[in-house]
Amino acid sequence: MARALITVPQDAKRGDVVEIRVLIAHPMETGFRVGADGRRVPRDILRRFTCRLDGEVVFAAELFPAVSANPYLAFPLRADRAGTLSFTWEGDGGFAQTETATLNVA
Amino acid sequence: MRRALASLALVLLVVLEVGAALAQQDSRRSGYDHMSPATQAMQGDDTQNPAMLFVADGESLWRQPAGPVAKSCASCHGDALTSMRGVAARYPAFDVPLARPVNLGERLNLCRVRQQKAEGWRAESPDLLALEAYVALQSRGQAITPPDDTRLTPFRARGEQRYRQRIGQLDLACAQCHDEHAGKRLGGSTIPQGHPTGYPIYRLEWQALGSLQRRMRGCYSGVRAEAPPYGAIELVELELYLASRAAGMPVESPAVRP
Repeated sequence: MARALITVPQDAKRGDVVEIRVLIAHPMETGFRVGADGRRVPRDILRRFTCRLDGEVVFAAELFPAVSANPYLAFPLRADRAGTLSFTWEGDGGFAQTETATLNVA
Repeated sequence: MRRALASLALVLLVVLEVGAALAQQDSRRSGYDHMSPATQAMQGDDTQNPAMLFVADGESLWRQPAGPVAKSCASCHGDALTSMRGVAARYPAFDVPLARPVNLGERLNLCRVRQQKAEGWRAESPDLLALEAYVALQSRGQAITPPDDTRLTPFRARGEQRYRQRIGQLDLACAQCHDEHAGKRLGGSTIPQGHPTGYPIYRLEWQALGSLQRRMRGCYSGVRAEAPPYGAIELVELELYLASRAAGMPVESPAVRP
């Protein structure tokens, strides 16, 4: 399991636009680099990030080799209702990780 | 009595003015000041700082028992938030059994070998850097205070001598860039004054966390000199001198650098 840091504001009021921030530990190896042995280091990147609120997709992003290691994503979300946010990263080599956080709406 | 009071006021005034003059004279700048606003924001916000991923790992390593005696750092040192407060600001410090100064990473490894009876981590291993970042974070904001230990004096003197010694095919000393030409540009980047305020740092060029020794070894190859291996006394002596040079500057660990 990769380490992930998720920041969800806890003081949102109904209808507020809040900023959700996610950071995950991942090497994002481009596949273009050559190792010390002269062989190409195989590509190992995250391909897709999806954020769902109670199963409904509210944000998604595609990631490419130019994205730096340990990718950080921040996106706005209108807090219309409280619920469970799930964050899924999918990548090369069958990488898949899902984390959850609670969105509270006053 | 009034004369005594008047002279006391005069002394206070002089002390205050000397203090203000000293504060003005301090032209030392952390590498933070030379960074772009975007990189500064990355360091300033823990939710953006990728080094915090390592800190989170370090926090779990702090509580994780290791070695045959199954002791964790927390078994002896308790809560790092209080027991490790200000510790990183004092390193490198003198180690009596080795009779030489050790840096924070070496100290963690020595504790691991001596107390936990576990195998030490190799230099720059992610676990060692993670624990180092977690311990260093507890000193954030505190002034760098090199220990007032006479046993360190000869090592520190040798460190300073190395700092001023020209080395490598380019025949450059640390001091030539980081004292004489600090603030000017080398290629596209500003030459910092070289104060070790934020180690271990998350360096964007490395895309990873790294130690001060890794950074210094980078400078060695930059001037086409042979870099001493990790843990070499030459590097620790340099670290010791750099710490005394940066005495009083606040710890920023874990910092972000370009």
